[in-house]
Amino acid sequence: MYHYDDFDRTLVTERVSEFRDQVARRLSGALTEEEFKPLRLMNGVYLQLHAYMLRIAIPYGTLSSEQMRTLAHVARRYDRNYGHFTTRQNIQFNWIKLEELPDAMTDLARGGLHGMQTSGNCVRNITTDQWAGVAPDEIEDPRIWAEILRQHSTMHPEFSFLPRKFKIALTAATHDRAAIRVHDIGLRLHRNGAGETGFEVIVGGGLGRTPFVGKTIKPFLPKRDLLSYVEAVLRVYNQYGRRDNIYKARIKILVHELGAEKFGAEVDAEWQKIKDGALALDPAFAADVAARFVYPDYEKLADGPAELTQARKNDTEFERWFKNSVSSHKVDGYAIVTLSLKPEGAPPGDATAEQMDAIADLADRHSFGEIRVGHEQNLVLPHVAQRDLYALWQSLYKIGVATPNVGLVSDIIACPGLDYCSLANTRSIPVAQELTRRFGDLALAQNLGRLHINISGCINACGHHHVGHIGLLGVEKNGEEYYQITLGGKADEDARLGALLGPAVKYDDVADVVEDVVATYVELRERPDELFVDTVKRIGIEPFKERIYAAR
Amino acid sequence: MTAPQQQKLKITGPVVVTANRLGDGAVVYFTAGKKWTTRIEDAAVVSTTPAATEFLQSAIADDVGAVGPYIAPVRLEGATIKPGNLRESIRLQGPTFELPASFGI
Repeated sequence: MYHYDDFDRTLVTERVSEFRDQVARRLSGALTEEEFKPLRLMNGVYLQLHAYMLRIAIPYGTLSSEQMRTLAHVARRYDRNYGHFTTRQNIQFNWIKLEELPDAMTDLARGGLHGMQTSGNCVRNITTDQWAGVAPDEIEDPRIWAEILRQHSTMHPEFSFLPRKFKIALTAATHDRAAIRVHDIGLRLHRNGAGETGFEVIVGGGLGRTPFVGKTIKPFLPKRDLLSYVEAVLRVYNQYGRRDNIYKARIKILVHELGAEKFGAEVDAEWQKIKDGALALDPAFAADVAARFVYPDYEKLADGPAELTQARKNDTEFERWFKNSVSSHKVDGYAIVTLSLKPEGAPPGDATAEQMDAIADLADRHSFGEIRVGHEQNLVLPHVAQRDLYALWQSLYKIGVATPNVGLVSDIIACPGLDYCSLANTRSIPVAQELTRRFGDLALAQNLGRLHINISGCINACGHHHVGHIGLLGVEKNGEEYYQITLGGKADEDARLGALLGPAVKYDDVADVVEDVVATYVELRERPDELFVDTVKRIGIEPFKERIYAAR
Repeated sequence: MTAPQQQKLKITGPVVVTANRLGDGAVVYFTAGKKWTTRIEDAAVVSTTPAATEFLQSAIADDVGAVGPYIAPVRLEGATIKPGNLRESIRLQGPTFELPASFGI
């Protein structure tokens, strides 16, 4: 866990006081909505279909048990007893009242939580691998660099009014769990030929109306240059990014129009001017930030303790969950546990206040008080002793977060869609719910292997449909809900955009069509362990298209 | 999608003026007396562009009562006023699935 200092606490507290005054002035009529809207957005407050929505940042996806209890309290006291974890390591409360928001924010601030820069044309919440610091395949903890970037970009005066929002993600692992190639800036920590660690800098990735996989403009950036180089990227974007057309305002359009090489040259030219100035990172500063991350005092344990082996042998349900939801940890005797927020028939990513409180208690008991939030809208207990896994599973099962479907067909990523969002064309959640019922047979889901379905209710692509193995995009036609289907997208180190299957299908037919797509895959896969996405890559979408549309 | 607030005013059937109440964001409708109500049955229904424009202008002028007023289609079933599309139906009735508050423990 990172421990905030007095500077952070003061900043958040002062912001809440400021916002309390702004809300009072709005409610009295002293501020018009036109004047107030940018102020509320700067604090993560949106107006949705039925109510205000408050989006709270969970920097680099790390939460303490106390913070989780604070979220539970806010859900219970100010909302309708639940919260929604998003694809960008945020949580959203959908039923907040403006008149109660200052009190809710005061309570959140006590837990070190806030909504600053979760909206608006600024650098948004910095995200990373939900397994950061514990993943066996990472070279170091990327959260240290995420925290440095968080500090630098929070209320940065030059970057508070960018042409459009700006999203940064990092990973330090071989396998990209943070979708860095579809962010405005993706940073991959790796070692160069000389054994030094630095960043591959990828820019111009993004989804939405015009999706692009990011391009590498710096294969290796020394750590000391992280802030100056990111600053240079932002300056070039701030100067040349289009402000005349909201649909062309993201950095991905600029990178595409200039070309990655020219964009990179512009960044380099800017960077040369500032790289040896105040932004050159002093190793002592980075060490100081690193020292504020307090790591668990792990016991010396061995992998595969007898009690775990016994439980796996005796309890087939536990064994199924273990194989699906438990992952290797970098420390012997420990494990990373993913908590599925995708039980059959439930809205993806939602957790009730009672679940949040129970998870906080379990984190205290089994995970050194730490919880992570992943962009797949699941939670993680990152430091569980393997000997405790059976007891933990029994507790998780009781609170409905032990469905063994992590990474499987029913582990669906979905945006809130038309049931909440004022921008959406179609519903996403009911489609996801129906699909989880269709694929509720866990043995079948396991047989299908890793298969990601992503659903967005509009072209803004909050459900990341372009990078779903199966992507569903809701479109409206003559007042009716239709869904375009894409196949073969990926968000990892081999990121690519899905290909359009064919004409959009009606709301009532979409679950049938997805079932047919999956059945076609089962028929055409080369061997039982060929993943869906690999089958699509091997044979293309034509065989799927023929099968789906011939029958309709 | 273009939000209803940004769409050009084009009246082709019965409509109401709707918005979200400032203090709590609740869905509200403009009445014939130019007040806000949460009851769609009390909304003023108009069917012409001049009438809709006049109501909308009055609603916009009340910047403290409600936020983001716009014209929304309705269906008339006898004397009953029903939302005219799915979006408006969801705004009136809430999400189309059971909220997760009852799920879990």
